[in-house]
Amino acid sequence: MSETVRVVARHAPIRRTLPVLLAAGLMLSGPARAADPIKIGVIAEAQSVAGSAIPKAVQLAADEINAQGGVDGRQIQVVTYDDKSSASDAVRAFQRAVSEDKVNLVIASYISEVVLALMPWSARLKTPMITPGAASNEISVAVHKDYARNRYTFHGYLTSHALAQSVCDSAKDALVGLLKAKSAAIMSEDAAWTRPLDAAYEECLPKAGLKVVEHVRFSPDTGDFTPIYNKIEAAKPDLIVTGIAHVGVQPTVQWQNQQVPIAMTGISGQATSSAFWANTNGGTQGVLFDAIAVPGVAMTEKTNAFTDAYIKRFGGAPSYAGYMAYDAMHYAADAVKRAGSTDADKLVDALEKTDWLGTVGRIQFYGKDETFTHSIKYGQGFVTGLLAQWQAGKQVAIWPAAVANGTLILPPAVKPAVQ
Amino acid sequence: MIGLQILVDGFAISALYALGAMGFTLIFGVSGVLNLSHGALMVMAAVAAWAASSQFGLGSYAGAGIGILCGLAAALVTYFAIVAPIERSKAIPREEKEIFVLTGTLLWGIMIQELVAYFFTDNPKTVLPIVEGVIEIAGVRTPKNEIFTAVICWIVIGLLWVFVNKARAGKVLLAASMNPRGVTLLGHDMSRIYVAVWAIYGLLAGIAGVLLGMFLGVSSYSVGPLTASAFSIVVLGGLGSVTGSLIAAYVVGYLETATAYLISPAYRVIPALLLLVAVMYLRPQGLLGRR
Repeated sequence: MSETVRVVARHAPIRRTLPVLLAAGLMLSGPARAADPIKIGVIAEAQSVAGSAIPKAVQLAADEINAQGGVDGRQIQVVTYDDKSSASDAVRAFQRAVSEDKVNLVIASYISEVVLALMPWSARLKTPMITPGAASNEISVAVHKDYARNRYTFHGYLTSHALAQSVCDSAKDALVGLLKAKSAAIMSEDAAWTRPLDAAYEECLPKAGLKVVEHVRFSPDTGDFTPIYNKIEAAKPDLIVTGIAHVGVQPTVQWQNQQVPIAMTGISGQATSSAFWANTNGGTQGVLFDAIAVPGVAMTEKTNAFTDAYIKRFGGAPSYAGYMAYDAMHYAADAVKRAGSTDADKLVDALEKTDWLGTVGRIQFYGKDETFTHSIKYGQGFVTGLLAQWQAGKQVAIWPAAVANGTLILPPAVKPAVQ
Repeated sequence: MIGLQILVDGFAISALYALGAMGFTLIFGVSGVLNLSHGALMVMAAVAAWAASSQFGLGSYAGAGIGILCGLAAALVTYFAIVAPIERSKAIPREEKEIFVLTGTLLWGIMIQELVAYFFTDNPKTVLPIVEGVIEIAGVRTPKNEIFTAVICWIVIGLLWVFVNKARAGKVLLAASMNPRGVTLLGHDMSRIYVAVWAIYGLLAGIAGVLLGMFLGVSSYSVGPLTASAFSIVVLGGLGSVTGSLIAAYVVGYLETATAYLISPAYRVIPALLLLVAVMYLRPQGLLGRR
């Protein structure tokens, strides 16, 4: 067969099928029929307490929206994927969600490393993504630095920087005076989200009147915390300020068992879970932690309705990422409604203009010119978080005063401050 | 002061390591099996004890008992469902059986790990301790639970020693670990010895798992590190040597504790692993290994 013949033979079938392909293409790109569902992909960690609340909360929100008739008559359909806390599994799930399942928006993960791995895919596949639980500054800083590429990612949770600010603000108002605290030791696990957290702690704790006298970073697979507590005790701080989420039960139980005589506050991801009391056998008595919501405390008029509905349907209370994921589904649906379309770029524009009263506060995103582009705003009137304490099996809010439903108690091993 | 802290702190953790590794090495000595589901069995025992005592409110003693029984049951299931069928199989060539047992127990361990994560989430859990409170040992504030852990470990290790060296059935076990063929020639049924050694192993792994759950807490993530630590202690001590494992457990335990105190908790395991590499080069049979 000569070269020309081979070329003709290859082209002939294409010429015949071209009209069919064109017709198919026109049909696909034509206006969406009213009944077309809006597809939301949820990529989360089904086996962890923090992550498993994400698909449940999204489903709860989607069912509420669908019961009200959907968005402009379009029902919301949730497709969930388990990433098993692995970035590579999450990337595969993202690719599948976009190319096979044709989702319009993805709500993904509480692990910063996972979200950072998904960001380039959100950009490449031009699919908007909201994380309801990852904290690392790097997520929103990356949006700021390369806005044109990364604008599809939204940081639907407080950045590590804002979390540290919340810890410092609450410590200043609620702890420094009562505990007569003058110094603090920072104790953080070595992970992507704690690097900016620790840097912000170093900056804002002294401003809150707490001198940083010791700073311990430890590997997240640490089994025995005795040496860490001994090192901290030797520096004689008045407070331990934590940055932990991958660990939580072990340091808390050892703090209690060894009767470390220093109050513990800060971010402890696992302590926000209602299962933490049982997991530590009550070892968490007296532990202080900053959170965005705890069961029974109304941050807004929507908080308790959500918590109750969640507990009624799924048994336990939602994790922090559950609150954020529930809000994310609602404001994403609101954005689709305002955009009048699920087109990615229109959706991004609409999401940027979000002004939504959620379960944890009023949600707006920082703009393109601010350092933490596309992260939710922190502060009075937006999301502030709260300081809570474990007291006899319950999470009691003690700060800010507007939502407090209890007062600070001294942890069992902590002696009252001398006047 | 810091030296004393290392001494007190390292003692309990080393005793726990020893208990975990001794069953592992016993099985290897008697039947040549490296059980890679070791960590999973320990975690399963600890999670069962946690569920019984905290979730179902049965109290710490009943919880610990249920945890240990669960460890025993899981070890026997491992033997009857995974190890024995592979060893009996005619389809697998003799020289490949070892690798099949390794793969089989590894997969079995992963299955247990995933099941624990599925039913109880991967959040760590601590078993309700039997004793609470702290006492001062020469100025070092030590949780009573830590002392309890060390005491129980040493009682169990002592009982094992008495059994192996004094009791008739134990002597048969010891003989089987030295020369299986000789024991068979004396008229002992090897398959019954295997069941006995797996049962002892299950009890040891169960006790170690429950104590670990009380002392440090466990999660489904602990499966890999627990298997790895038992494995490296056993290799360091000499595969199959119970005394070697005991010594190696103390070497590793103290090396880790000293590193955590003197250098940084973040580097805790590194020197022990370096030591393991050095031993592999200089004395491949381990400290007290025979082969």
